[in-house]
Amino acid sequence: MALYLPEDIYKQVTGNLIAAYPNEGAGFLIGKVRDEQRDVCMILALHNESETNEARNRYKIKANAYVEAESTAEKHDLDLIGVFHSHPDHPAKPSEYDREFALPWWSYLIVSVYKNKVDHATSWVLSDNRDHFIEELLNIE
Amino acid sequence: MATIRIPTPLRTYTNGETEITIKGNTVGEALHDLTTQHVALKQHLYNEDGKLRAFVNIFVDGDDVRHLNGESTAINADSSLRIVPSVAGGLVYQHIVNMRKSQ
Repeated sequence: MALYLPEDIYKQVTGNLIAAYPNEGAGFLIGKVRDEQRDVCMILALHNESETNEARNRYKIKANAYVEAESTAEKHDLDLIGVFHSHPDHPAKPSEYDREFALPWWSYLIVSVYKNKVDHATSWVLSDNRDHFIEELLNIE
Repeated sequence: MATIRIPTPLRTYTNGETEITIKGNTVGEALHDLTTQHVALKQHLYNEDGKLRAFVNIFVDGDDVRHLNGESTAINADSSLRIVPSVAGGLVYQHIVNMRKSQ
Protein backbone atom coordinates (compact mmCIF):
# COMPACT_ATOMS: atom_id res chain seq x y z
CA MET A 1 0.00 0.00 0.00
CA ALA A 2 1.06 3.60 -0.54
CA LEU A 3 -0.33 6.97 0.48
CA TYR A 4 0.23 9.88 -1.88
CA LEU A 5 -0.09 13.34 -0.38
CA PRO A 6 0.32 16.53 -2.42
CA GLU A 7 2.70 18.97 -0.72
CA ASP A 8 0.02 21.65 -0.29
CA ILE A 9 -2.33 19.23 1.46
CA TYR A 10 0.52 17.97 3.66
CA LYS A 11 1.06 21.60 4.70
CA GLN A 12 -2.63 21.83 5.65
CA VAL A 13 -2.22 18.68 7.77
CA THR A 14 0.91 19.88 9.55
CA GLY A 15 -0.50 23.39 10.00
CA ASN A 16 -3.49 21.96 11.83
CA LEU A 17 -1.35 19.67 13.97
CA ILE A 18 1.07 22.44 14.93
CA ALA A 19 -1.89 24.62 15.88
CA ALA A 20 -3.13 21.79 18.14
CA TYR A 21 0.26 21.40 19.90
CA PRO A 22 0.90 20.52 22.72
CA ASN A 23 -2.33 18.54 22.32
CA GLU A 24 -2.96 15.87 19.76
CA GLY A 25 -4.69 17.03 16.61
CA ALA A 26 -6.60 14.86 14.16
CA GLY A 27 -8.73 14.79 11.06
CA PHE A 28 -9.89 12.75 8.09
CA LEU A 29 -8.13 12.04 4.80
CA ILE A 30 -10.40 12.07 1.76
CA GLY A 31 -9.34 10.93 -1.66
CA LYS A 32 -9.23 8.31 -4.37
CA VAL A 33 -8.21 4.67 -4.32
CA ARG A 34 -6.27 3.16 -7.23
CA ASP A 35 -5.38 -0.47 -6.67
CA GLU A 36 -2.78 -0.44 -3.88
CA GLN A 37 -2.46 3.36 -3.87
CA ARG A 38 -4.45 6.08 -2.13
CA ASP A 39 -4.30 9.69 -3.33
CA VAL A 40 -5.34 12.31 -0.79
CA CYS A 41 -7.42 15.05 -2.42
CA MET A 42 -8.65 16.94 0.65
CA ILE A 43 -8.64 16.81 4.44
CA LEU A 44 -11.15 17.57 7.16
CA ALA A 45 -9.40 18.82 10.29
CA LEU A 46 -11.50 18.14 13.36
CA HIS A 47 -11.76 19.26 16.93
CA ASN A 48 -10.19 16.83 19.39
CA GLU A 49 -13.12 15.89 21.64
CA SER A 50 -10.92 14.42 24.39
CA GLU A 51 -11.20 15.90 27.86
CA THR A 52 -8.76 18.77 28.38
CA ASN A 53 -6.49 16.76 30.67
CA GLU A 54 -6.35 13.89 28.17
CA ALA A 55 -5.95 15.81 24.91
CA ARG A 56 -2.16 15.81 25.10
CA ASN A 57 -2.02 12.05 24.55
CA ARG A 58 -5.36 11.12 23.07
CA TYR A 59 -7.66 12.16 20.26
CA LYS A 60 -11.31 11.39 19.86
CA ILE A 61 -13.66 12.31 17.03
CA LYS A 62 -17.42 12.30 17.56
CA ALA A 63 -19.55 9.74 15.74
CA ASN A 64 -21.57 12.44 14.01
CA ALA A 65 -18.32 13.93 12.66
CA TYR A 66 -17.65 10.57 11.03
CA VAL A 67 -21.11 10.59 9.41
CA GLU A 68 -20.58 14.13 8.11
CA ALA A 69 -17.11 13.27 6.78
CA GLU A 70 -18.42 10.24 4.89
CA SER A 71 -21.18 12.40 3.43
CA THR A 72 -18.66 15.08 2.40
CA ALA A 73 -16.50 12.49 0.67
CA GLU A 74 -19.48 11.10 -1.25
CA LYS A 75 -20.57 14.59 -2.34
CA HIS A 76 -17.14 15.00 -3.96
CA ASP A 77 -17.29 11.50 -5.46
CA LEU A 78 -14.36 10.54 -3.23
CA ASP A 79 -13.76 8.08 -0.40
CA LEU A 80 -12.93 8.49 3.25
CA ILE A 81 -9.51 6.86 3.05
CA GLY A 82 -7.97 7.46 6.44
CA VAL A 83 -7.18 9.52 9.49
CA PHE A 84 -4.29 11.78 10.39
CA HIS A 85 -3.18 12.63 13.90
CA SER A 86 -0.16 13.93 15.77
CA HIS A 87 2.09 12.44 18.42
CA PRO A 88 3.30 15.49 20.35
CA ASP A 89 6.94 15.10 21.45
CA HIS A 90 6.93 11.41 20.50
CA PRO A 91 7.90 9.41 17.41
CA ALA A 92 5.40 8.84 14.62
CA LYS A 93 4.85 5.20 15.54
CA PRO A 94 1.41 3.77 16.32
CA SER A 95 0.63 3.04 19.95
CA GLU A 96 -1.33 0.16 21.40
CA TYR A 97 -4.25 2.54 21.86
CA ASP A 98 -4.02 3.46 18.18
CA ARG A 99 -4.26 -0.24 17.33
CA GLU A 100 -7.23 -0.93 19.61
CA PHE A 101 -9.28 1.75 17.91
CA ALA A 102 -7.99 1.23 14.39
CA LEU A 103 -10.20 0.27 11.48
CA PRO A 104 -8.95 -1.98 8.71
CA TRP A 105 -8.18 -0.70 5.22
CA TRP A 106 -7.74 2.93 6.30
CA SER A 107 -4.43 4.76 6.13
CA TYR A 108 -3.30 6.15 9.49
CA LEU A 109 -1.03 9.12 8.89
CA ILE A 110 0.92 9.97 12.06
CA VAL A 111 2.93 13.18 12.36
CA SER A 112 5.51 13.63 15.08
CA VAL A 113 5.46 17.20 16.39
CA TYR A 114 8.38 18.13 18.63
CA LYS A 115 8.38 21.48 20.41
CA ASN A 116 5.83 22.95 18.05
CA LYS A 117 7.67 21.80 14.90
CA VAL A 118 7.06 18.87 12.59
CA ASP A 119 9.75 16.23 12.96
CA HIS A 120 8.65 13.42 10.66
CA ALA A 121 5.57 11.58 9.37
CA THR A 122 4.70 7.96 8.70
CA SER A 123 1.64 6.11 7.43
CA TRP A 124 0.25 2.76 8.58
CA VAL A 125 -2.47 0.23 7.77
CA LEU A 126 -3.93 -2.22 10.29
CA SER A 127 -3.27 -5.89 9.54
CA ASP A 128 -6.30 -8.05 8.66
CA ASN A 129 -6.02 -9.94 11.95
CA ARG A 130 -5.78 -6.64 13.87
CA ASP A 131 -2.63 -7.59 15.78
CA HIS A 132 -0.18 -5.12 14.24
CA PHE A 133 0.21 -2.17 11.93
CA ILE A 134 1.99 -2.38 8.60
CA GLU A 135 3.93 0.67 7.52
CA GLU A 136 3.04 1.84 4.02
CA LEU A 137 4.95 4.04 1.63
CA LEU A 138 4.25 7.73 2.27
CA ASN A 139 4.89 9.88 -0.76
CA ILE A 140 4.67 13.65 -0.26
CA GLU A 141 5.14 15.51 -3.51
CA MET B 1 -36.35 -6.39 5.46
CA ALA B 2 -34.18 -4.11 7.55
CA THR B 3 -30.98 -2.70 6.15
CA ILE B 4 -27.62 -1.79 7.65
CA ARG B 5 -25.20 0.78 6.28
CA ILE B 6 -21.55 -0.22 6.33
CA PRO B 7 -18.84 2.41 7.02
CA THR B 8 -16.25 2.97 4.29
CA PRO B 9 -13.32 1.08 5.90
CA LEU B 10 -15.38 -2.08 6.44
CA ARG B 11 -16.73 -2.28 2.89
CA THR B 12 -13.67 -4.21 1.87
CA TYR B 13 -15.33 -7.11 3.75
CA THR B 14 -18.75 -6.69 2.07
CA ASN B 15 -17.52 -6.82 -1.51
CA GLY B 16 -17.83 -3.06 -1.64
CA GLU B 17 -21.52 -3.05 -0.73
CA THR B 18 -22.62 0.04 1.18
CA GLU B 19 -25.97 -1.26 2.38
CA ILE B 20 -26.83 -4.83 3.31
CA THR B 21 -30.27 -6.36 3.83
CA ILE B 22 -30.43 -8.18 7.15
CA LYS B 23 -32.78 -10.47 9.03
CA GLY B 24 -33.62 -10.41 12.73
CA ASN B 25 -35.94 -9.02 15.37
CA THR B 26 -33.22 -7.32 17.41
CA VAL B 27 -29.99 -5.49 16.73
CA GLY B 28 -28.03 -8.48 18.00
CA GLU B 29 -29.83 -10.86 15.64
CA ALA B 30 -29.31 -8.47 12.74
CA LEU B 31 -25.58 -8.24 13.46
CA HIS B 32 -25.40 -12.01 13.70
CA ASP B 33 -27.02 -12.26 10.28
CA LEU B 34 -24.63 -9.62 8.90
CA THR B 35 -21.55 -11.48 10.17
CA THR B 36 -22.95 -14.74 8.84
CA GLN B 37 -23.30 -13.19 5.39
CA HIS B 38 -19.87 -11.56 5.62
CA VAL B 39 -17.80 -13.65 8.01
CA ALA B 40 -14.62 -11.55 7.86
CA LEU B 41 -16.49 -8.58 9.37
CA LYS B 42 -16.88 -10.35 12.70
CA GLN B 43 -13.35 -9.84 14.04
CA HIS B 44 -13.61 -6.10 13.43
CA LEU B 45 -17.02 -5.72 15.08
CA TYR B 46 -16.53 -8.04 18.07
CA ASN B 47 -13.64 -8.56 20.46
CA GLU B 48 -12.31 -11.92 21.68
CA ASP B 49 -14.98 -11.97 24.42
CA GLY B 50 -17.78 -11.69 21.89
CA LYS B 51 -18.57 -8.08 22.89
CA LEU B 52 -18.91 -5.25 20.40
CA ARG B 53 -15.59 -3.44 20.14
CA ALA B 54 -15.35 -0.07 21.88
CA PHE B 55 -15.24 1.85 18.62
CA VAL B 56 -18.37 0.21 17.17
CA ASN B 57 -21.53 2.28 17.48
CA ILE B 58 -24.82 0.97 16.14
CA PHE B 59 -27.57 3.38 15.26
CA VAL B 60 -31.18 2.38 14.59
CA ASP B 61 -33.19 4.98 12.71
CA GLY B 62 -30.72 7.61 13.88
CA ASP B 63 -30.59 6.61 17.55
CA ASP B 64 -27.52 5.11 19.25
CA VAL B 65 -28.55 1.73 20.65
CA ARG B 66 -26.46 2.44 23.78
CA HIS B 67 -29.28 4.84 24.69
CA LEU B 68 -31.91 2.22 23.86
CA ASN B 69 -31.59 -1.46 24.78
CA GLY B 70 -28.20 -2.17 23.29
CA GLU B 71 -28.09 -5.31 21.19
CA SER B 72 -31.55 -6.25 22.53
CA THR B 73 -33.08 -3.21 20.84
CA ALA B 74 -36.04 -4.34 18.75
CA ILE B 75 -36.06 -3.69 15.02
CA ASN B 76 -38.63 -4.25 12.30
CA ALA B 77 -38.67 -4.69 8.54
CA ASP B 78 -38.50 -0.93 8.00
CA SER B 79 -35.60 -0.31 10.36
CA SER B 80 -32.53 1.39 9.03
CA LEU B 81 -29.38 0.45 10.92
CA ARG B 82 -25.98 2.03 10.61
CA ILE B 83 -22.51 1.12 11.89
CA VAL B 84 -20.68 4.31 12.86
CA PRO B 85 -17.10 3.98 14.08
CA SER B 86 -15.75 6.09 16.91
CA VAL B 87 -12.45 7.41 15.64
CA ALA B 88 -9.81 7.65 18.35
CA GLY B 89 -6.18 6.97 19.16
CA GLY B 90 -3.09 8.53 20.59
CA LEU B 91 -0.21 8.06 22.96
CA VAL B 92 -2.25 6.85 25.92
CA TYR B 93 -0.23 3.66 26.13
CA GLN B 94 3.48 4.09 25.66
CA HIS B 95 3.96 0.58 24.37
CA ILE B 96 4.76 0.57 20.71
CA VAL B 97 2.91 -2.14 18.89
CA ASN B 98 4.48 -4.83 16.84
CA MET B 99 5.30 -3.23 13.54
CA ARG B 100 6.27 -4.73 10.26
CA LYS B 101 7.38 -2.90 7.20
CA SER B 102 5.30 -3.59 4.15
CA GLN B 103 7.10 -5.06 1.25
